[in-house]
Amino acid sequence: MFDDHPGDDRRGFLKCMAWAGTGALFAFDGGIASSIGLDGAIAAPVRQSAVQPFSFVQLSDSHIGFNKPPNADARATFREAIAKVQALPVRPDFIIHTGDVSQLSRDQEFDDAEQMLKAAGLPVFFIPGEHDMLDPEGGKAFLDRFGKGSRGAGWYSFDHRGVHFVALVNVADLKPGGMGNLGAEQLKWLAADLSGKSSSTPIVVFAHIPLWTVYADWGWGTDDSAQALKLLARFGSVTVLNGHIHQITQKVEGRIAFHTARSTAFPQPTPGTAPGPGPLKVPPEQLHSMLGITDATFIRGHDRIALIDSTLSA
Amino acid sequence: MTRAFKLLTFQAAVLAGSAFVMASVASITRAAPPQSAAVSIENFTFKAPALTVKRGTTVTWTNADDIPHTVVAKDGSFKSKVLDTGDRFSFTFAKTGQFGYFCSIHPHMTGVVIVKA
Repeated sequence: MFDDHPGDDRRGFLKCMAWAGTGALFAFDGGIASSIGLDGAIAAPVRQSAVQPFSFVQLSDSHIGFNKPPNADARATFREAIAKVQALPVRPDFIIHTGDVSQLSRDQEFDDAEQMLKAAGLPVFFIPGEHDMLDPEGGKAFLDRFGKGSRGAGWYSFDHRGVHFVALVNVADLKPGGMGNLGAEQLKWLAADLSGKSSSTPIVVFAHIPLWTVYADWGWGTDDSAQALKLLARFGSVTVLNGHIHQITQKVEGRIAFHTARSTAFPQPTPGTAPGPGPLKVPPEQLHSMLGITDATFIRGHDRIALIDSTLSA
Repeated sequence: MTRAFKLLTFQAAVLAGSAFVMASVASITRAAPPQSAAVSIENFTFKAPALTVKRGTTVTWTNADDIPHTVVAKDGSFKSKVLDTGDRFSFTFAKTGQFGYFCSIHPHMTGVVIVKA
């Protein structure tokens, strides 16, 4: 299942193109980014790959329970996001939720999120955001409900159609003055988890806070992410999916492509454009254009991932 | 006659007294340390990042953000529950020293209370 590829398969380039004005399609293939048109993507050469085509959806930062400007009802917009998943032309295999499921870690918030997600009729893989760690026991409420079978603060991995998925937690045991934190125990686990994998296995890592420093002044990064990225460096295709900052950012470094998703609840300002990272209080008519979902597809013949971000206004 | 009424009567007597007595009462009130201080949490920052108080002062933090925060001492000597918008947390500093603290949800938010004798 994990065939080795000819070396030139991993020669890096990134394809990026506008997608019907509502988002963008990114075909990740390592280092250098190049923008191509839709026709170009369809005509892209088919290469051998162990990966069977499939797609999954990333939802993030649903903040169920949030009810202040600019969004008086984060439940309603989460429901709209799930309806959007249900309406996708190709049914995804599963959903990942990259954290901040709830606003205040209340049972009712977790319960509502779980009930709403049931409408999608798909398996959901969760990792906690810092808002999901606010119960008196520091995350137990979340883990009891969404973290079954996980280790430590909620990390785990699984394989799907030739792709290795790694769910990391960087919102536990945070240090004064620091940013996100993975911790020694999780890094040790990650090293062991990846050790048996062929370098040609496509890897998808997901975690709540970005695993690269987007903006240190607002804590938008992970202090010890470099140690995790070092463990991932030997793989030919690594996609890192994060949330937390409620806006799309992306970066390619070596063979690792980083991407952050929109929230389904409220947008946050771009780095440094506001006194703090609190909710961006946009007018109601603008809100839906700043919330969204991310559809991730492994294209036939490629071991790379195509990400399509689309907003709730589309 | 209730105790409260007696007190009022006494205060009325003081008020009716000389200007000298009035001034004395006022100066005694001013001289007493307020024993309380406030720190507002706004835009993901503690608005008094370094606060100096006298020993015995009660410091109250109020979350003015739309996002929850916490107030947690680095040495574990105090720890608030999650403070949602408008929620408050108070702690009385009985010992002198420097007490660094942070928001355990957004750890880049830090502050210090300097307690003097």
